[in-house]
Amino acid sequence: MFSRDTWKEIFETIQKNKLRTFLTGFTVALGIFIFVTLFGMGNGLNNTFMKFFGDDATNIFRIYPSTTTLPYAGYKAKRQIVFENDDLDDILNEFGPMVDYITPRIQRSSVVTYKDKSDNYGNIGVGPGMQFAEKTIMMKGRYINASDIRSKAKYAVIGRMVEKDIFKGDDALGKFIDISGSVFKVIGVFQDDGGDNEERNIFIPFTTRQLLEGDNDKIGQITLAFNEAIGYDGAMRFQRQLDEFIRNKKQVNPKDPRGIFIQNVADQLKQNQQFAGVLKIIISAIAFVVIISGIIGISNIMVFVVKERTKEIGIRKAMGATPKIIISTILLESIFITTLFGFIGMFLGIFVLNLIAGKTLEDNYFITNPTINSGTAVFVTILLIICGTMAAFIPARKAARIKPIVALRDE
Amino acid sequence: MIKIENLHKSYKMGNNSLHVLKGINFSVEEGELVAIMGSSGSGKSTLLNILGMLDLLDEGSYTLDNVPIDNLTETKAANYRNKFLGFVFQSFNLINYKNAMENVALPLYYQRVGRKERQEKALKYLDQVGLKEWATHLPSELSGGQKQRVAIARAMAAEPKVLLADEPTGALDSKTSYEVMDLIQKINDDGNTILIVTHEPDIAEMCKRVVHLKDGVIIEDKKVEQVRAAQYVQ
Repeated sequence: MFSRDTWKEIFETIQKNKLRTFLTGFTVALGIFIFVTLFGMGNGLNNTFMKFFGDDATNIFRIYPSTTTLPYAGYKAKRQIVFENDDLDDILNEFGPMVDYITPRIQRSSVVTYKDKSDNYGNIGVGPGMQFAEKTIMMKGRYINASDIRSKAKYAVIGRMVEKDIFKGDDALGKFIDISGSVFKVIGVFQDDGGDNEERNIFIPFTTRQLLEGDNDKIGQITLAFNEAIGYDGAMRFQRQLDEFIRNKKQVNPKDPRGIFIQNVADQLKQNQQFAGVLKIIISAIAFVVIISGIIGISNIMVFVVKERTKEIGIRKAMGATPKIIISTILLESIFITTLFGFIGMFLGIFVLNLIAGKTLEDNYFITNPTINSGTAVFVTILLIICGTMAAFIPARKAARIKPIVALRDE
Repeated sequence: MIKIENLHKSYKMGNNSLHVLKGINFSVEEGELVAIMGSSGSGKSTLLNILGMLDLLDEGSYTLDNVPIDNLTETKAANYRNKFLGFVFQSFNLINYKNAMENVALPLYYQRVGRKERQEKALKYLDQVGLKEWATHLPSELSGGQKQRVAIARAMAAEPKVLLADEPTGALDSKTSYEVMDLIQKINDDGNTILIVTHEPDIAEMCKRVVHLKDGVIIEDKKVEQVRAAQYVQ
């Protein structure tokens, strides 16, 4: 079956029927090509989702105050809710075991000066916990600690881009910078996977920020990390209890859509993961359908090929070809063509994925690093070859059963 | 060489059954050149197809070179055809994407003859039919007579016991027909057994024996004085 002569005969047949070979091969190559590129793009979309949510911790509630819209307990509507330091303590007292850490966040923007360089940067008053909530990575020095909070120290942790911009390559650690007229000592430099903008921030102790603003005890928003052991359902329950507790304390109507808002990152992440998952399923389904139509395409072409070759097969049978030889010749031909063009399509798809991958695709189409696992690509290609062979078997068997007398009948 | 006894064959057409061959008794000795004649519908092509194992018989027996031809499976028939028989068809039936030499070599391929030997033999038989120079030409580049000569070379290449020709001159003009008949006569002179189905009396006269078929039975079986085709060919 695999003698050199058989292959020579097959190569000759393929070479001398270029159009037919091309049509069959094209269907296969196109099917695999579309599968590989689609699947790769699906992976790329998934990667983007992962990237969006991968740079912050996920066991996080962000509690935002805003103006009320409903009157409640003697208060009129349109009252601005403000968090204060004792809110942190009250939450801790009430929900202590469920809280991993809690930190305020007071977001400002300040002009920062070092020597003759000066620029505007985000300036955020935080507690020590924010390092974990933002997954801030310390390049050098340290983050703000509890002692800094107590002593209201004028310490600053600056982003990598801030150091790059205003220190021009100098080591910022231990240097003094001017933030909106106050002198701060740089105690750390951080980086963040969230990108350059995240690295153009400066963190200072929230108590220091309060001191600068007239020694008040107002805090902007509260970031709370719950103990991951409580699980997803526990987190949802905790969110409701927390909402109720704060509304009660701040005298906000329980039915008010505004006043207090708790953003649950875990819930968001789960929804987005579900969305990405569904998207991937859809893309996989499309890719699967493409493969199916590829298989149908092959079988159609094989039916056509056998039909076209009826007379030739009749001649060959009259010359003494056995049904086994006829079937194996047609099958080997089909396997050879599908294998060759299948892998051409696969490599072309991988090549195109590599070609289109990059910043433009990432920014405009949310596709990051579109790749297909080479195992998957090879598996699908081999699957198509096997299915194509099975699809070719039926017309091949039919061809082998052609009676030479029927095939050779003159019109 | 060929022995047929009480051969019956009918075709089913819906509910009707068409009885084509109604008890044929017929034998051919080695080295004979037999013409099977008859009008269309007489059953002459059916007889040839059964002799060629392209079709199965319903009843009776068929012996070829002392081998009983029965219980034919596709594979068995293919092997017998390959070993015993060479075919020449009215419409030549060359494979259009193979050149003359490759066409002639095809039966040898199915005999598992090595590639080199195949080519040598194919060239030898092409030379015999006077087409050695045309070995690398495709069928589309050959005239009708040339195509039929390639087909005859192909049939002979397998060195069969019997050469079966179904209207070999049916698609050719008379001049070319005589050329082909001249070739067939020469092959017969070398001792090959040949059966020709034809409805042309002048072709039949060039054989050594004429069998007349009518409505599925042999009505006449006679030896004739062979007319040599060479006299019509310059």
